[in-house]
This record gives sequence, structure tokens and C-alpha cells, in this order.
Amino acid sequence: MTEQTMTANEGDLQEKAGLTGLVEDWSEDKQAFHVPWGKAMMWIFLLSDTFIFSCFLIGYMNVRISTTVPWPSPSEVFALSLGGEPIPLILIAIMTFVLITSSGTMALAVNYGYRRDKKKTVLLMLATAALGATFVGMQAFEWTKLIMEEGVRPWGNPMGAAQFGSTFFMITGFHGMHVTAGVIYLIVIATRVGTGFYDRHRGGNYEMVEIAGLYWHFVDLVWVFIFAFFYLW
Amino acid sequence: MAQSAATHVEGHQQHPLGIYIGVWILLFVLSGFSYAVDYFHLQGMLRWTLILLFMFLKAGFIVAIFMHMAWERLALIYAILLPPLCLLVFISLMSIEGDYTYLTRLIVFGPAEAIVEPHH
Repeated sequence: MTEQTMTANEGDLQEKAGLTGLVEDWSEDKQAFHVPWGKAMMWIFLLSDTFIFSCFLIGYMNVRISTTVPWPSPSEVFALSLGGEPIPLILIAIMTFVLITSSGTMALAVNYGYRRDKKKTVLLMLATAALGATFVGMQAFEWTKLIMEEGVRPWGNPMGAAQFGSTFFMITGFHGMHVTAGVIYLIVIATRVGTGFYDRHRGGNYEMVEIAGLYWHFVDLVWVFIFAFFYLW
Repeated sequence: MAQSAATHVEGHQQHPLGIYIGVWILLFVLSGFSYAVDYFHLQGMLRWTLILLFMFLKAGFIVAIFMHMAWERLALIYAILLPPLCLLVFISLMSIEGDYTYLTRLIVFGPAEAIVEPHH
């Protein structure tokens, strides 16, 4: 009883420690998650998206395990020649760098959003979007190189197992699509922050920035897995 | 301007900027290590163990700090992080099936199909 305190906001109960709090939350008759609706929904969407990407990655795992023809070596396929020397995975390393930077700018944007610093929030969100667009551009370059120069097709390629192309295009294609959608999403939210939409219609509540941030970090998270399983393995 | 202690403001989560910058740098470092695994041509168990280790560390920091999960209530944490554990079952099933398919292909189509270093 002494651990329980009511905050001034809608009677939200202070969470009790450990499993007691867990059981209490789930036992409530109105809501289980003491977070804004939008945030809970975004998390649940991301959970579903996790399963979708997992299906693709597990499918890729399966075809790679079962192929009797050697799988093309990603170090060689994705090497770029700089100054005459092929550097393995350099473009992928740069893409990873870009996406992690964008996650950083997004985290800062969320932080400044809660401080109600509109200008910094908008700038950081647009920086995040720009980095995301850069990432997609580099991925498009990679696709162009593989399709036009290396002859990679969903049904075969000259370098090894025929399934390489289909798994590569499917996985990176879906990821790139998510990044693109995220870029658009970020621009929309940034514009709303900048024009004072959340001051007029949400009473100065910038939760939407954090929710957009969750989506963006998820996109980076998926890339961490793709980078490890597809390019490094 | 930056608050030195974590504050819970009306359910919002505001944490010192420093923690984000710190994790940000850590992510770059871990990415560098991941890249180094390939650059130095590590092989076999060591390669896979390191790839997975760095991957999970990066994922963990992104989810816990950038996505604020470390500061969320247990109900939300469990609701989101426990279901993906079912994927471990799926992964096991599909890798067993993959091995079966591979061996069947060898038997049916002949060992000539498997050139040096079969699957992976």
C-alpha cells in the first residue's frame, strides 16, 4: 500500500516493482499498458513487423542451408574498387554508418521534442530523413550494380546459388521500402511540429515525435540483423 | 539546460542527452567490430559467435535506450519482447528442415553437385 502513489495525471498508478507490477497492470479492467495509445499501437505494429522480417530472414536461412551450389561470398559481391583495390563491404559499412547516425539524430530529436525546442526537433528530424534518403540511394546504387553489371536475377546469377538474388532483393527491398516510408513519415511529422500543429491540437504534447522515433529505430534495428545475417555471415 | 537526473514528466520520458550520445558512440564501435570480423577474415565458430554477439549487443542497446524500453513498465516490455522468443522454435524447425533438404539433394542428385564447402 505504501509503495502505491497516485500521480496528478489521470490517476496513473506508480508501477510496483517486479512481477507484482506486471500482474497488477494486466489485472486492471480498463487498460494494461500505461502509455499513450499511439505508443502502445506503434510497439504492437513493430512486433508484427518483427515477425514479417523474421519470416524473410528464416526463409533465407533455409535456402542457404539447403543449397548444394555454393552461396556467393558477400565480401566479394559487395566489394567496391577504390583506388584499384577492392575493399570488401565498404558500401555496406557506409550504409550502416549512415543509418546509425540517423538513429542518433532521431534520439536527439525526441529528446528536444520533449523539451519543446521546436527548431532543434524539426532540424534533427529532417536530418534523420535526409540520412534515410541517402541510405535508400546507396541501396538503389547497390541494386543497379548487381542487376546491370553482375547479372543478378531473382532466379539465378553467375556467382553461385540461384536463390541469392531472390533473397537479397526481397529482404533489402522490403527494408528499403520501410526506410522510404519512414522518410516520408518523418517529413510529415517534422512539418507538423514546425507549423505548431501539436501546440494547437495536442496541447503541446510532442509524443508523435517519440512514436515516429520508435518506427525509425526499428528500421535501424532490422538493418542490424540484415547486416549480420546477409552480408557478414 | 540538460537535466542531470532522469525525470518522469507526466508519463513522458526525458533523459540526459549524454546517455544517447554515449550509446550512439557505442553503436559505432560495435559496428566497427562487426566489420572487422569480415575485414580480418575470421572463420568458423569464432566468426559466427562474434557476428551474433555484436548483433545482439547493438540490437539490445537500440531497443533499450533509443527506443526507451529500459524505462518502460514490465507489462509492455514482456508483451513486446517475449513473443519474438517463439521465433527460436521456428528457426530450429527450419534449420532442421534445411539440413534434411540439403542431404536429400546430395543423395538424389549425386555428390557431384556439392562442390567445395557445401552450405554456408
